[in-house]
Amino acid sequence: MNSRTRAIVLATGLAVLAAVPPVAGLLNQPFYLDLVRRIMIFAIAALSLNLILGYGGMISFGHAAYLGIGAYAVGVLAHYGIDNGFLQWALAIGASALVALVIGAVSIRTSGVYFIMITLAFTQMLYYLGISVEEFGGDDGMRLAAKSQFGLIDLNDGNAFYYLVLAVLVLFLFLGHRLVNSRFGMVIRAARSNEARTRSIGFSPYPYRLAAFVIAGAMCGLAGALLVNHTAYLTPEFMNWTRSGELMFMVILGGTASIAGPVLGAFALLLVEDALSGWTQHWQLILGPLLVLSVLFFRRGLAGLLFGKNE
Amino acid sequence: MLEVEALATAYGQSQVLFGVSFGVRAGEVATLLGRNGMGKTTTVRSIMGMVPIRGGAITFEGRPLQGLPSYLVAQAGIGLVPEGRQVFPNLTVRENLLAAAADRFRRADPWTLDKIFALFPQLAGRRGHFGSQLSGGEQQMLAIGRALMTNPRMLILDEATEGLAPLVCIEIYRAIESLKASGLAILIIDKNLRALTRTADRHYVLEKGRVVWSGVSSELVADRDAQHRYLGV
Repeated sequence: MNSRTRAIVLATGLAVLAAVPPVAGLLNQPFYLDLVRRIMIFAIAALSLNLILGYGGMISFGHAAYLGIGAYAVGVLAHYGIDNGFLQWALAIGASALVALVIGAVSIRTSGVYFIMITLAFTQMLYYLGISVEEFGGDDGMRLAAKSQFGLIDLNDGNAFYYLVLAVLVLFLFLGHRLVNSRFGMVIRAARSNEARTRSIGFSPYPYRLAAFVIAGAMCGLAGALLVNHTAYLTPEFMNWTRSGELMFMVILGGTASIAGPVLGAFALLLVEDALSGWTQHWQLILGPLLVLSVLFFRRGLAGLLFGKNE
Repeated sequence: MLEVEALATAYGQSQVLFGVSFGVRAGEVATLLGRNGMGKTTTVRSIMGMVPIRGGAITFEGRPLQGLPSYLVAQAGIGLVPEGRQVFPNLTVRENLLAAAADRFRRADPWTLDKIFALFPQLAGRRGHFGSQLSGGEQQMLAIGRALMTNPRMLILDEATEGLAPLVCIEIYRAIESLKASGLAILIIDKNLRALTRTADRHYVLEKGRVVWSGVSSELVADRDAQHRYLGV
């Protein structure tokens, strides 16, 4: 598939997403607006994870940490009566980047299974921190006092919020594409395939990887800020390790070798989950084998099926 | 330009290099010769900082290199074309070259994509292909191109033509000749003795981790005994 048809596929996908609010309104089914918005938020998180997992070869099993940090940044400020959205979201991004810097600085010195375990361990620490802070609801979490205020854009308006999420998704698809194809992205990808060779052309991979890790964390932090506005509720469950696993699965199911892959993965996983859970309460029994089969037979993910080899 | 003095290197308990000494002068093409397992690649890996050395000194343009991590050795101006080529399989030809591009010494006439493609026209048509989709010869051309894009002051080729078809070998040596003509210092490891004696100026023969013979091309060609004893030809 050449780049032109790929652009057409992408444009069609975006057109379909843009058409969801009016169609849902016409059919009087606000549920779908809600569902697709939630999926897009997870797509943003999965997309950010893919920057380090797919392109950087850094298998972070703790990416949900930044969803949680972004959500808590918004929730805690709102709890103290600060509902300025620009401030809240800036904190969500900044705090996520800072935590990613600390976690990355330690974990990127390791690799393979150690990297997986360290990123998991850090996220579990944050998860238990969330549980232990009674002021913010502890285990039970707390209601978001008020949605982020942006002046012109009112997040209480379902359609406006939907289009904001879509805009962030499109922006991140664009930024991700630019990043991966930049010189910086080339070094990250080169280091994934051959670290020793990357050194011998004059690069120490560490600072490049750390920068990518921080960028991915910051992007996921914004997804967290969106998520808490979407659910209007926050709990430490946002940082649960199963959430990190779901994000990884979206990335792998969708395809690690393309920017749009994880978005497909998020849609496939959450739509199937939604359909199955409406049908039987033992839906996980069916979803599990489906996921195993998809990994066995679509090694390049859904993006590989759709876009062909050279994406 | 490159001076290696009494270099000693070991992998764990087993010592491989027992005081290797040699040098490469500016603009010169030198070779490391010897049978398999005599320490040629280990010498290269020691220079590049890819294995820790036990003793000896490595200086490049008066600067000590020993103890430096390999990315700093590369930044000092040594471009490596590694054994087994090892191009980045998940990057395209163009990206393999651009990822390496650097002009740390502000050369008057730095390497560009176009110049690499002029040196290896075969690569030009493959610029959008991934490293994994290239033939062995194309991979070697790309590996050389990638090293050149760092604008090195010296090039090291480890197993320059190993496993390549004869026509491709000719192509590689043609490129090496043209690099030599441009004044680049080069250190080559290869088995192709006839091409080496034609292209290179000076030769060092390694045996069991020591330099046992050294001399210029005409001396090596004349010394049938050394060729037979150390190289098995």
